[in-house]
Amino acid sequence: MNGSGPDRATREWTGRSLHQGTAAGTLLHLDAPLSFWGGVDSRGTVVDHHHPQHGVSLTGRVVAMPSGRGSSSSTAVLAELIRSRAAPAALLLADCDTILVIGALVAQEMYDIAMPIVELVPEQLPGLPDGAFAVVAAGGAPGPATVTLEER
Amino acid sequence: MSTVAPPALTAHEEAMLAGDEGPATALCMRLVVGVARANGAERLVEVESAHGDGCLYHGVAGLEFTERLVELGGRVRVRTTLNVGSLDLLHPGMVRADADLAGKGRRLMDAHVALGCEPTWSCAPYQTGHRPAAGSHVAWAESNAIAFVNSVLGARTDRYGDFLDLAAAVTGRVPFAGLHRSEARRAELVLDLSPVSRNLLDHDAAWPALGALLGERAGTRVAALTGLPGDLTDGGRTEDRLKALGATAASAGGVALFHVVGVTPEAPTLDAVVRPGARAVRVTNADLRAARDRLNTVTEGGLDAVSLGTPHFSVAEFAQLAAELADGPPFADSVAVYVSTSRGVLEQARELGYAQAVERAGGRILTDTCTYVTPVLDPRARTVMTNSGKWAWYAPANLGIDTVLGSLAECVASARSGRAVRDERVWA
Repeated sequence: MNGSGPDRATREWTGRSLHQGTAAGTLLHLDAPLSFWGGVDSRGTVVDHHHPQHGVSLTGRVVAMPSGRGSSSSTAVLAELIRSRAAPAALLLADCDTILVIGALVAQEMYDIAMPIVELVPEQLPGLPDGAFAVVAAGGAPGPATVTLEER
Repeated sequence: MSTVAPPALTAHEEAMLAGDEGPATALCMRLVVGVARANGAERLVEVESAHGDGCLYHGVAGLEFTERLVELGGRVRVRTTLNVGSLDLLHPGMVRADADLAGKGRRLMDAHVALGCEPTWSCAPYQTGHRPAAGSHVAWAESNAIAFVNSVLGARTDRYGDFLDLAAAVTGRVPFAGLHRSEARRAELVLDLSPVSRNLLDHDAAWPALGALLGERAGTRVAALTGLPGDLTDGGRTEDRLKALGATAASAGGVALFHVVGVTPEAPTLDAVVRPGARAVRVTNADLRAARDRLNTVTEGGLDAVSLGTPHFSVAEFAQLAAELADGPPFADSVAVYVSTSRGVLEQARELGYAQAVERAGGRILTDTCTYVTPVLDPRARTVMTNSGKWAWYAPANLGIDTVLGSLAECVASARSGRAVRDERVWA
């Protein structure tokens, strides 16, 4: 490779919008479900000692995870992260986690910030490589949403 | 392409969405409909009650949302109890809140009361008189309360969180989805507990251990448990065991409903609840012990504190604690013992003399909040013993401490000796 050739493959995934918005960021693939309450601090860092990615920052990342877990207070934690600009850029989930959707809906109503949440089929999640650059575009739920990956 | 996205709304619901019942109701209906669009509900369903969890301060967003509803003239239209807040309003010295938390935490609690919610301040509203009928639709938040109302009472709620709980209470509606639907309440996984020794199941620490195992195995799926003893009319013993099981399962996994065959209301038989093709897994003493071990960050050594009452202590648990304390020595000076409970249960525990027995032994009773969600413990505390799997799950991250899980009797013995004392033989 000489560094100038077509060495970047672009791939597009289609999913279902759970909450509208557009975003771009580096993909963070969480290996286990995560509860935002008790699992993520006010700066957006994973503090759940049980979680394999303890210590990793979610801020500005396109976060893919199998599902939410645990506390229903995760709604308020997510809304506060969005308000204070410490939230992920977008969430990609393998199923509809209403706890997280509500957090995004309230942040939209209160602060007019749209953090997209996209539901992908579970088989798509393992194909989302950690560290890839992802562009997420989600229309109004439950319409289609796209996740475009640029692997580097 | 369909022209109108679900859910289909009744004329009354359309009117609420259009603002005919005020701007707070319209805002709440936008949230309910927004969730219905995401989760694919074809319609909404009316709820008979709600339990709100938004009164614990998590930051400005929650406070501004709740105060916005108050400003817009919002009012709950169904019975709505409240989960814990950040402050103990009855014992103001117990929480070491800074001015910011004290001010905003109190404003948040006050805003919920201004919306017409009941100031119960408890994660166990089901043990202070809020017990929805089996089969009724409700909108409950807080993961242990959700697991209990679905599993032990047989009412129907999906997993609601902050904001949607209030939106449901204000509109009286939720999306007809998830665990409101009969087909979603069937078990996809069966855990067979018959290999576990009865001796171990008589040890109360077995139940949070079972909750941890259930959470790990089930994730968010519905499970049926077979081979467990229990009788929900036995004066609270079975109920408190299932409370501990469900709270831990909801923390370690995302369990919102479990069936105990022959014990919980929807599960007279396995056939009544199991989905065809559900996988059955046998559970042994060794499995429970391994699950228990994952709830500890240390196993022995000196203790700084003991925390009981997560979820909030019941009257039956107070009776058990008072019996353990009878005529025994007080707690060691080096160990701070906390019991978290609701103001409703404390009133009864005081009438019955149980609260005084705890205080005579040197214990401190906390109401309206809980020791792992707000600053109560001495910041120098390093190692804390608890009988709660939920507390053991969250406290290391929330408080930066080590935890040891034990039975109520082991917690009492350890608080007296100043060191973690556990009987390992029962787990063999």
